[in-house]
Amino acid sequence: MEKMYKEIRLSGSGGQGLITAGIILANAACIEGINVTQTQSYGAASRGGASRADVIVSSEDIYYPEAQYFDILLCLTQESCDKFVSNLKEGGSLIIDTTFVKNYPVVQADVYDLPFTQIASDKLGSVLPTNILSLAFTVRTSKVVSESALKEAIIKSMKPAYLDLNLNAMKLGFKLADSFLEVE
Amino acid sequence: MAKKKKVKAVLMQGNEAISYGALAAGVNFFGGYPITPSTEVAEIMARELPKRGGKFIQMEDEIASIASVVGASLAGAKAMTATSGPGFSLMQEGIGFAKMIEAPCVVVNVMRGGPSTGLPTDPSQSDIMQARWGSHGDAPAIALYPDSVLESYELTIRAVNLAEKYRTCVTLFSDACLGHMREPVVLPDLSQVKIIHRIQPTLPPEWYKHYPENPKYISPLASFGEGYRFHVTGLAHDAHGFPTTRPDEVARMMDNLRNKIVHHTDDLVQVEAIAMEDARIAIFAAGITARAAKKVVVALRAKGKKVGLLRPLTIWPFPDELVKQYLSDVKGIIVPELNQGQLSLELKRVLGHRKTRKIVEVQKNTGELITPQEIINAMKEVH
Repeated sequence: MEKMYKEIRLSGSGGQGLITAGIILANAACIEGINVTQTQSYGAASRGGASRADVIVSSEDIYYPEAQYFDILLCLTQESCDKFVSNLKEGGSLIIDTTFVKNYPVVQADVYDLPFTQIASDKLGSVLPTNILSLAFTVRTSKVVSESALKEAIIKSMKPAYLDLNLNAMKLGFKLADSFLEVE
Repeated sequence: MAKKKKVKAVLMQGNEAISYGALAAGVNFFGGYPITPSTEVAEIMARELPKRGGKFIQMEDEIASIASVVGASLAGAKAMTATSGPGFSLMQEGIGFAKMIEAPCVVVNVMRGGPSTGLPTDPSQSDIMQARWGSHGDAPAIALYPDSVLESYELTIRAVNLAEKYRTCVTLFSDACLGHMREPVVLPDLSQVKIIHRIQPTLPPEWYKHYPENPKYISPLASFGEGYRFHVTGLAHDAHGFPTTRPDEVARMMDNLRNKIVHHTDDLVQVEAIAMEDARIAIFAAGITARAAKKVVVALRAKGKKVGLLRPLTIWPFPDELVKQYLSDVKGIIVPELNQGQLSLELKRVLGHRKTRKIVEVQKNTGELITPQEIINAMKEVH
């Protein structure tokens, strides 16, 4: 097997579902049989405050469990972008939600800027699945795990009442990635 | 070629692994009060225990929680609770009582930043000494600390086993990072896992003594309700459990509490030594901090640097002999820990001062982990 090691940070604010997204991504990696660790950091409040999930995937054993230099950084708030963008690896991917992130620096990385929250609200009728929308976008642009594993992980994690909404968000995320890559 | 059926790994959280480890070990009573970052343990036990004929009780606070655990243990249950620093403080009296009356039980402490309510959602290792000295009076402690999700499962089983075997209250450490961390795990086949149950008395009830008369031994433990009559008190007691101030009887009791631990360190102490054979610089780290240390060892060994790791899985009793064996002759020891020097204090006690050996402490109690780079930076202080 080819050597692979990637650090992914999904960051934003409490309530945006980033830890859920991190668990789903880690589950997808587990389904594929890739080594993975998922850690998280959040404040004492269930909504608001900085929140992040780290996922490290590797072909080797993973020792230190927190992401430090990101291959992929997803930012759903201005605060998280300001805080973490300096640790993005050169040649990595920066994925930002322009609904909330208005300013971001020039980086030596692929930048994917889309108003994910706005799109979720307009196209899916709810901001709730913004996490899955942006995660699916991340997976298709980075190919960090397979899309079938991602789908399986979403099905495994979501309550039945929310499954359709989230599967639609996943499909929309893939579509957005295709059109973004096409324009490029 | 015969194809071996591949067992699929499942993604599991540290706290989940503790819960399933406890169930595998036969824990059938959980009394607790939820507290971040240990809450998942209580949640899972609340869901799983009733399905298996066990009991879960949410008590009004941690003082009542440990009391319920001790009571359940005396009634024959494999009993445990889970908490974090603030709850661990409240439980100290009950933990001391469990040790005094030799009631087997397990207290899980998923450490978070302190003092007081501190940093509820952030990791820390600042209760290391509390597990040893938190309750008043002299009584040795057993405490274990895993560094991965799978090991959280394994050491929980071990904690329950040791509690039953040595008739004492065992602390199982985790921390906010490890407790919430998810990793793929393949749980061991339960038929291969050794489960220890407390020794039951075989003598007729009228001959039963609740405590051993010979301090070398750990005596069988009858359960309330089985016809064996015994008295339970936190006062110094004789072999039947009745209060005594007779020095010979008090000495027997105190010797027993001490000897059952200190005479069995070979059975109790576990360490992991990585690349220590020819190491000139050693890292001494436990729990989540050892994960950063492992990354350092692998990275520096790849560059030909003679760096190793000694990781205690058993924090108490402290692995004195193994520490001497592995660390006496190295040039430098890096001791990273998420507190103000609790492990390093023990290390210095065991190793003493030597001019040719430098101990470098790396301490953090901001709720963040110690990074591999911080450990590497500390090595520059070893010349």
